[in-house]
Order: sequence, then C-alpha cells, then structure tokens
Amino acid sequence: MKITYIDYNGTQRDVEVEAGTNLRDAALNNAIPGIDGDCGGECACATCHVRVDPAWLPRLPTMGDQEKMMLEMMDDRDERSRLGCQIHLSPELDGLVVHTPMGQH
Amino acid sequence: MDAQTQLRAAADRAYSMPLEQIDPSDPTLQQDDTHAPYFARLREEDPIHHTADSLFGPFWSVTRYDDIMHVEMNPQLFSSDSRRGGIAIMDGNAAVSLPMFIAMDPPKHDVQRKVVSPIVAPENLARMSGLIRQRTADTLDSLPINQTFDWVPSVSINLTTKMLATLFDFPFEERQLLTYWSDVTTALPGTGVIDSEEHRMAELRKCGEYFLRLWNERVNAEPKPDLISMLAHSEKTRNMPPDEYLGNVLLLIVGGNDTTRNTMSGSVLALNRFPDEYRKLCANPQLLESTAVPEFVRWQTPLAHMRRTATQDTELHGKRIRAGEKVVMWYVSSNREPGKFNDPGSLQLDRENARQHQSFGFGIHRCVGNRLAELQVRILWEEILKRWPEPGQIEVIGEPQRLCNPFVRGYSSLPVRINA
Ligand code: FES
Repeated sequence: MKITYIDYNGTQRDVEVEAGTNLRDAALNNAIPGIDGDCGGECACATCHVRVDPAWLPRLPTMGDQEKMMLEMMDDRDERSRLGCQIHLSPELDGLVVHTPMGQH
Repeated sequence: MDAQTQLRAAADRAYSMPLEQIDPSDPTLQQDDTHAPYFARLREEDPIHHTADSLFGPFWSVTRYDDIMHVEMNPQLFSSDSRRGGIAIMDGNAAVSLPMFIAMDPPKHDVQRKVVSPIVAPENLARMSGLIRQRTADTLDSLPINQTFDWVPSVSINLTTKMLATLFDFPFEERQLLTYWSDVTTALPGTGVIDSEEHRMAELRKCGEYFLRLWNERVNAEPKPDLISMLAHSEKTRNMPPDEYLGNVLLLIVGGNDTTRNTMSGSVLALNRFPDEYRKLCANPQLLESTAVPEFVRWQTPLAHMRRTATQDTELHGKRIRAGEKVVMWYVSSNREPGKFNDPGSLQLDRENARQHQSFGFGIHRCVGNRLAELQVRILWEEILKRWPEPGQIEVIGEPQRLCNPFVRGYSSLPVRINA
C-alpha cells in the first residue's frame, strides 16, 4: 500500500509499505524526516506527531485515552494531530496523506 | 581503593546483604559510582522494592523499564503534585516542593507546560543553533592545550550557563548566579553547597527577589521570546503566585543546567572508558546526528530518578502500594536493564534503540527541553572533532569527582588534558 508524507517544506514522499505496520514505523523504515518515535511506539513520547490530511481524518482508528493524554500536553497540536505509532495501517488506508513537522520536541 | 576494587566490593556486598536492607537512595552509591550491582540484584529478585528506612523515609523503588513506563503513563494513580511530595525523593527540600509545572498534575500541568514549550520548538532551536555553535567554538578556542585542567567548570558549566542566560535573557555578567541557584536547589545539605534547609531557603529567597525584578521589568515591556517574558505575558501564567513563579524558574534552571552539564562531562568520560567508541566517533562523526547523543544521555542518566506519590491503593508488578506512599522510578536502573539494552554498561554510539532511554522520562512529564539538550551536546562534539579529530585527544587524567546526591548524577570535577 502507498503512504504519502509531506514535510514542512512541502516536499512530498510516496512510500510503499506493508499493510499491518504503523505510521511511525513506516516513516522510520523509509527515512522520512521529522519523525523520531523515541519511545519505540508505546504512545509515551509524542515524538511521532503528524498532521493528517483532513480527507483522511474520519477514516482513521479512533483515539485511545493514552493518545489523547499525550496530545493534550503539546503546545502545537491541532484538530488534525495524531501520533503516528497509534495509526495502524490497515489496507483501507492505502493512499493516506500526512504532514510531518520540521522536528519533534 | 581503585574504582575496580571498589566496584567488586560493592557487588559482594550487594549480593550478600539481606534484600530488605538494600537502600538505593544512599547518596554515597552515586558518589562512589557503586550503585550498579544493587540495582542489578533488585531488578532480578525484587523489581518493586520497599525500603523501610532511609535518609528520605520509607519508599518504593521501581527498577525495571516496563514497570517505570507503567508508572509514567498513569499520572492519575501516581501523582507528581508538589502538595503530595513532588518529583524527587527528598520531602523536606523546600525548593523541590515548590509548585512548578513538572510537579503538577493535569490539567494545570498541561496548561503551564504549553506556555514554555514553544521556546524549545524546532523552529526556535534552528534559530538558536548558530549562537550555540559560536559560543561553543569560543569556549573551546580558549582552552589550554597540553596541560591538565578541569573540564567541568571550563566547558560543561560554562556552556550550559551561557545557554541558560540566553533563554532567560538574564543579565549576562551575573550568569554564574544561575549555576549557583541550580546547585542550591538540588544539593543535599552538608555536601558543600548549603548547610541546612534554612540556608537553602534563604539563598532561594534571593533568587526569588532577583527574578521578581526581572518579571517586573518584562511585564511592563513588550513581549519578547525569552522564558520570563513568556511567563509574564501569557494569559495562563501572568497571575501566578510568587512561589509558583519561583518554582517554575527553579525547574527551568535545574532542567536547563544540571542535566546538560553532566551529560557534557559524562560524554568525555564515557569515550575515555570506551576508546573503541572514541575511534568510531572520530571515523564517523555523522553518528552525532543519529544515535550517539541519545547514547551519551542513556549512559550518563543525569537524573537518577523521578518520584511519584500513589493517589490510591494500587498494585504494581504484584506488590500492593498504598495511597500516599512514595514511589521512586530509578532511571539509572532501567537504563542499565540487560533485557532492554544489550550490554547496557557499555557505551555503544550506534546502539539502535538508544532513543528509548528513560533519562528524559516518558508520558506527560517528559523533559520539555530534551531537544535543546541534545543539540548542545551534539554541537559540542562537532566542534571538538573539528579541532581535535584524533581519538583520545581529549584525555581524562585521573578519576572524576561525583556528586553525593541521590537525584542529580553528576560531576564536580573531571581532570582532562587536550593532547595537541
Ligand atoms: S513513538 Fe512515542 S508516542 Fe509514538
């Protein structure tokens, strides 16, 4: 399946990934800049923050309490913010478009 | 006794003494760097360990990585609130029990944290990096060559204090006050900085007055991108009571100072202990952009622990914790867990999961300045290698002196010589 990451400069990167991975691992495995994922995907660091293209937002898995809690403490989150490690890439998400920040903090 | 003999003796003691007598908070374990075997035994035999009697009263020790993660991710069960005891093992430390955002629970924590976190956002760091590099270069260029000097004041304290003065827009010529107040905040009474809690409070009152003056200047001026101006102008914080302001200032001073400073010293020591890694770094300086810096932070673990207080009776890895009990998460142990980090005592600059170290904490209290800290350490080594590119050119001469402190893991001196 195909995922599109658009970085803060507007540079677009299309990557081919296996269904079943998540948006954090897919980014790290494809050297996508702007995603760190320090905690290893435990929803504990918020350094896999992405902004999801509005068209795709309603189709994503719903947010768990832990993801909500982590997003709540971030100064730069908005209604399109999600944590990449919590987005399991099922085949229906083929074509997903997300925006990555300049860096994580 | 040399360091090796001392460590062997500690291992004998750690494994022969009755389990219930093990007290990981004994500050001499940090001073002598002999804590490792005690934590190893606890991780194996009693990962959630109760110490009935210590300098800091009774407390629970959480020593394994996954259990610490559980505590970090459940702030409603394990509170950081200063009114319950705050974030460090010492209860009586008036400075550490002041209200500050790290020692608050949500929602107030989230609100105040968000006021300061933009200053360390990626865009800001990108702007600051030129200045950091310039200051680092100037500092390194002024170091003596081919003679022994102390790395701690000359480099580590020097650089972190300048950075902190910049973040606060603090009067530059008086910046050594920041280092002093940082030490006053975290020192154990009687270890050279302060004599008593009263002494600590008296010094910190002066700090409070100084920062109140800066606040009053900034609040009446146009908003600027320094931490004090941000606090003084933000709707969320401009009505903070004075002790809360002082608490947050001290948090930012210690957070911006101690940890980075000690990682800077620790990185020099670690590379000298592991000369193959020093060679690896010289051959491949790009490691500084990936895993080398997080590995320095893991290896050093500049804060040995963070503390929480149970808000209700709960269970942790089979042990019953009661409401009100003190729970200490020993990062210095989890960062050395063999199941999590391969050969954890060694420095491995290309360690794949180096970023997973717990030195910055996880969950909602994760260190807000972590990327600034990493940036400073990265630039330091980039500039060192430009000037002294050969392995071992920064040579440690003799033993470092470590702090006698169960919270801050750091160095009061590290004799080195630059061979050039
Ligand atoms: S990788 Fe840490 S929250 Fe996603």
